[in-house]
Amino acid sequence: MTEVKLPELGENIEKGDVVRVLVNVGDAIKADQPIVELETDKATIEVPSAVGGVVAELKVKVGDKIKVGQVLLVLRDGPPRAAESKEATGSTGTTGTAVPAVATAPAPKPAAVVDIATARPAAAARAEAAAIAPAPGAPVPASPTVRRYARELGVNIGDVPGSGPAGRISQDDVTAFVKKAMTGGGRGAGAVRQAPLPDFSKFGATEVRPMSNIRRKTAEHLTAAWQAPHVTQHDKADVTAVEDFRKAHAAQMEKTGVKLTVTAIVIKILSLGIAKYPQFASSVDMANESIVFKKYCHIGVAVDTPMGLLVPVIRDVDKKTITEIAAELATLSQKARDKKLSIDDMSGGVFSVTNLGGIGGTSFTPIVNQPEVAILGLSRTAIEPVWVDGQFVPRPMLPLSLSYDHRVIDGADAARFLRFVAGALEQPMSVYL
Amino acid sequence: MSSTQLVVVGGGPGGYAAAFYAADLGMQVTLIDMEANPGGVCLFRGCIPSKALLHVAKVASEAKHASAWGLTYTEPKIDLGKLRSFKDSVVAKLTGGLGQISKMRKVTFIQGKASFVDAKTLSIAPAGGGAAQSLTFEHAIIATGSYPTRIPGLSIESPRVMDSTGALDLPDIPKSLLVVGGGYIGLELGSVYAALGTKVTVVEMTDGLLPGADRDLVTFLARRLETVMHKILLKTRVVGMEEAKDGIRVLMEAEGLTDENKAQVFDRVLVSIGRKPNSAVPGLDKTAVKVGDRGFITVDLAMRTAEPNIFAIGDVVGEPMLAHKASHEARVAVEAIQGHKVAFEPQAIPAVVFTDPEVAWCGLTETEAKKQGLAVEIAKFPWAALGRALAIDRPDGMTKLVIDSATQRVLGVGVVGAGAGELIAEGALAIEMGALASDLKLTIHPHPTMSETLMEAAEVFFGHSTHVYRPKKK
Repeated sequence: MTEVKLPELGENIEKGDVVRVLVNVGDAIKADQPIVELETDKATIEVPSAVGGVVAELKVKVGDKIKVGQVLLVLRDGPPRAAESKEATGSTGTTGTAVPAVATAPAPKPAAVVDIATARPAAAARAEAAAIAPAPGAPVPASPTVRRYARELGVNIGDVPGSGPAGRISQDDVTAFVKKAMTGGGRGAGAVRQAPLPDFSKFGATEVRPMSNIRRKTAEHLTAAWQAPHVTQHDKADVTAVEDFRKAHAAQMEKTGVKLTVTAIVIKILSLGIAKYPQFASSVDMANESIVFKKYCHIGVAVDTPMGLLVPVIRDVDKKTITEIAAELATLSQKARDKKLSIDDMSGGVFSVTNLGGIGGTSFTPIVNQPEVAILGLSRTAIEPVWVDGQFVPRPMLPLSLSYDHRVIDGADAARFLRFVAGALEQPMSVYL
Repeated sequence: MSSTQLVVVGGGPGGYAAAFYAADLGMQVTLIDMEANPGGVCLFRGCIPSKALLHVAKVASEAKHASAWGLTYTEPKIDLGKLRSFKDSVVAKLTGGLGQISKMRKVTFIQGKASFVDAKTLSIAPAGGGAAQSLTFEHAIIATGSYPTRIPGLSIESPRVMDSTGALDLPDIPKSLLVVGGGYIGLELGSVYAALGTKVTVVEMTDGLLPGADRDLVTFLARRLETVMHKILLKTRVVGMEEAKDGIRVLMEAEGLTDENKAQVFDRVLVSIGRKPNSAVPGLDKTAVKVGDRGFITVDLAMRTAEPNIFAIGDVVGEPMLAHKASHEARVAVEAIQGHKVAFEPQAIPAVVFTDPEVAWCGLTETEAKKQGLAVEIAKFPWAALGRALAIDRPDGMTKLVIDSATQRVLGVGVVGAGAGELIAEGALAIEMGALASDLKLTIHPHPTMSETLMEAAEVFFGHSTHVYRPKKK
């Protein structure tokens, strides 16, 4: 028997609420397989099991508040035991004598008795607890009537924005929240609502796969992010100088083990751009009719992983050299692909970069990673004829696509910002002008 | 074999509230209790009889104090038999009334002891003897309550050593009484005996009375109790008890305790160190119901146990062990059985200690806020500045608000003073409604009443209380 405990989750995160248990008693699980979904102060994460085995006992259920080091489940060796779970479930509803009869039956080892005794209530409790999980955090400013109304509708009262003084939530606020969720305008109980799908099987074979949690989170997050009024500004930078620089220093960089990438250079330039145009590192607070300007410069970088899109964040890029940024970028990307990113690694960004140049394409319209207000997309550098001194010359041109939140960023500023980035790539000394 | 839709095991304020509500909603209900009528500890051996006696104690102490107002009474003559029958008549009236109401609601009341046969069947042994009857049910609510804790390894079998039940029986007026435990039960009953003329000594293990309540509230009570009680010994433990010729010899241990105090003989000893859940319901092991570490039945927020058709409420599921918490949980359980998505999620459970002065609080205490490191501001209004408090010669009180610094929301209310228990209800409503300090301030409170202290405490928060000059720090 092996106990699987809640591992360290990242700095300042010691506890979380179990929002989903992803395995059942009797399931065979592999090392690194997610076993519970945990909602922490910062994000919802899947917690993988450090080891493999068969789930003998679940020690947590939905709604539990758990701490680092707490036992999540107990694993045993051997084959999965679906038959036994079924047998235990089957005793529900029959006379109670069935339960002791099973429990006292000759068992191969004591653990089996434990399994049978816990399998049924655990399953029942899980289904039930999902409907009545406590609202986490501080007491929500809503009257008992309003809280009950929300619960009946399956709304987490803590998600409802309150219109009253100090955020007090009225019954109308709950109704409005539900209406908005139903019309697809917002997040209702964590789900993205949409019109029912047609019956695709009429047209041919289909296969339904459950969304992974990362896919679901991405869908929810981007749907919400899409609500901000977006504009995308395109430009191209002549990266001849950058390419020359990279080639000239390639040998030297190779010795340090760091690959000098365009992304790393762009990130550094962005820190200079943000210093000049601070609204690009702001957030919109409509509730308080204010704009939050961040005095730090952490930049998120979209990383394509087999599990889906992840955005690790490089901290204080304004204080780091391009080499340091390149090295950190390589480390974080590897961590992302190895599923080793912590929540801290993915939080705190003020601006995001997404580089699809390695794959191809001439331009695209990235979606702003709310609550950030801008994102820069890079496409593939292509040799293009450029009119220089009365003739066309071949030049490597890097396509840049800047999507921005038009609520805080005016079109002219976006054009200026993007030109600043392009200019810095074309003539690095320009940033010192 | 008879059957019922809902069976409620235990007829206390949780159990009968559940049974009556379920019956009102049209369910077929059976209520089982050992007593002849519903009521439970609260009505038979707790809240109600103690309040009857505390009322008498208050009259006695006011009559004594009245000489200060030029109204001198002679020493009261105490007719213990009559006092006892007053208290018993109150209990009989209330519990008899509940019996009638259950009949009117067509609740089947069975006087007996229930044990589980399985998750769908109970066996009930009638209190009057005779064959056990079996009852099948669709849903059950366990509301078996709690019992007084004994001092592990120390309690001795003696009529002189009482728990709260024994003390409420008023066997006599002892010359001396030792109250073990400075919690609310010990202080309430100790106050009753002190008013009747007993020399009462209170011994408490921790460094203060009423552990859990804010110290500034307790101070008012402690100050008065020092004049009413013979002695209050804090940070003191009872380490031995033995029957002596003329009473109970009690050995106590504390730093700096004089020899004469270490071993003392008391006419009677009241052990009131807490209560334990009655979760040892026979046959519970034949169901999936789980009992946790401290003996409480494990339930979810809808009061459902690990057995989906069995619910549990009241003292048997957890602290605070209070009647009003139990009856609220009762409604949650019944609504959950009716298929509603409900949860027990109060933001304030008021606690009241019916001593003189009363101490009452609800929501977040200042102590708890400090412990959790929450950013709160405290606003206090002293009753000495209140007209009505002076008019009744009871300036020994205070009303305080625990206010969220960021939102100015009222998160906790504490009151000490005459009638504090009545005032705390407004505090509970304020917290549940998410009231801001300004809401309390802007609500007109009747003058001259003690309720004004809630409004004035809110004004203190803003630095402009009419009757206290204490400008807000900038």
